[in-house]
Amino acid sequence: MTISAYYFCFVGILKREMYRFVQQRSRFLSSLVRPLLWLAVFAAGFRSALGISIIPPYETYITYEVYIAPGLIGIILLFNGMQSSLSMVYDREMGSMRVLLTSPIPRAYLLVCKLLATSLVSLFQVYAFIAIARLFDITPPLLGYVYLLPAALLPALMLSALGLFLSSVIRQLENFAGVMNFIVFPMFFLSSALYPLWKMRESNELIYQICALNPFTHGVELIRFALYGQFNTQAFVVCATTTAAFMALAIFGYDPKHGLLKRKAGGG
Amino acid sequence: MTHSALHIENLSYYYGARCALDKLKLDISEGVFFGLLGPNGAGKTTLMSLLTRLLKPASGEIRVFDYALHKQASQAMRNIGVVFQQSTLDLDLSVAQNLAYHGALHGIAPREVRIRIKQELARFELSDRQHEHVRNLNGGHRRRVELARALLHRPKLLLLDEASAGLDIDTRASLNQHVRTLCREDGIAALWTTHLIEEIHSGDQLLILHGGRSLAQGQTQSLIAQHGAADLPALFSQLTRPAA
Repeated sequence: MTISAYYFCFVGILKREMYRFVQQRSRFLSSLVRPLLWLAVFAAGFRSALGISIIPPYETYITYEVYIAPGLIGIILLFNGMQSSLSMVYDREMGSMRVLLTSPIPRAYLLVCKLLATSLVSLFQVYAFIAIARLFDITPPLLGYVYLLPAALLPALMLSALGLFLSSVIRQLENFAGVMNFIVFPMFFLSSALYPLWKMRESNELIYQICALNPFTHGVELIRFALYGQFNTQAFVVCATTTAAFMALAIFGYDPKHGLLKRKAGGG
Repeated sequence: MTHSALHIENLSYYYGARCALDKLKLDISEGVFFGLLGPNGAGKTTLMSLLTRLLKPASGEIRVFDYALHKQASQAMRNIGVVFQQSTLDLDLSVAQNLAYHGALHGIAPREVRIRIKQELARFELSDRQHEHVRNLNGGHRRRVELARALLHRPKLLLLDEASAGLDIDTRASLNQHVRTLCREDGIAALWTTHLIEEIHSGDQLLILHGGRSLAQGQTQSLIAQHGAADLPALFSQLTRPAA
């Protein structure tokens, strides 16, 4: 296989994700409505209840809406990661995953392309959200929009890799509801998306420790700092390491040698 | 001189303690239509999963045009076109988009993919359907699209796992005929798995699989004569009937 063959393969996978994204307009709308509801309703209600002190990367007092905006970008990426997991379980159930897995191009490369493609598609939603968020006075510096691109791509990859790994272990579509209860909600609520970690620490040390260990927290912090032109090294290292670990698990999960595909491959 | 398109040697596979394939051997030459006949649960789909690297054999070897499938996967897979038992088309995409995606997965340049899509759709009389969503096609058309897709990267070995399942009699016969024409005119080797006896012709190379074991292998007519059976249904029933 030549380098151009690998390139054509990536472009093909990206195009397919784009086509599917365009086809599923309701998915795009719901991915925007969810964070906008949090911003318009939840943040309005909690604004007076939660006082935000000056914490990095902010240099002044901020409104609660400004605080939760990176967390809401995170929730777009989180739901997209899980959505891609759902679509991969669906693809596997419907058989179209086999088309991907029977390509002559190495399976690990195909899975990485798939992750990158789904992550790039989620960035469209992120930028659509952050554009609408300007109506709520969330106006990071212009360069922040540029830094957001790589900063959001890494957590997007991390969460898509988690989704891909989950898709290799979930037996049936019906089991997917469990993912929402046991992965998505704990990941979101046990993070710095809605409240600063120092506030968590004030109320419960154990919960604070869990939040600090949660890779989603670091994804949100990477985005938060990037939006204000800063680089959070710790968040980057945690996200990069976790992405690599989830990717390795996903590739392992789709290796026939390790049997996670066995359940679907058998038959008559 | 004909080459071996697919060579399987002592292939075994287990689901836990249950043996799904037991030391299977077969050899398919270029241009040959090879029928693999077996009832449900015989091990046909397991064999297809092993041939497409969805499963890894417990023991034995698979060679595709002399490339070891699990050691030289890329070279071997380039020569294989697959039609799975279950439809693997993306229902949300158009016919052309499905084919283009397949071309990309084989690393073919988009310009070349467009040319081949035209050729393959013309071959299967689907040119006027290329922009239609697969969801709107009937079962027969979907199968033709899958066959067109399996041929897009110009494979020399076609694997068809109960490709006619769920189709009406005429469409089934037409699909079977298409594959035979490909073998005859393009020199493609085809492994056609089925549980339907009428899809196997008397001149075909045949393997009868039951309980993961090969019960008979050879030219259909010779096997019938060898076992003193009246015809293929009689032979099949004689071989697969449980012992009294």
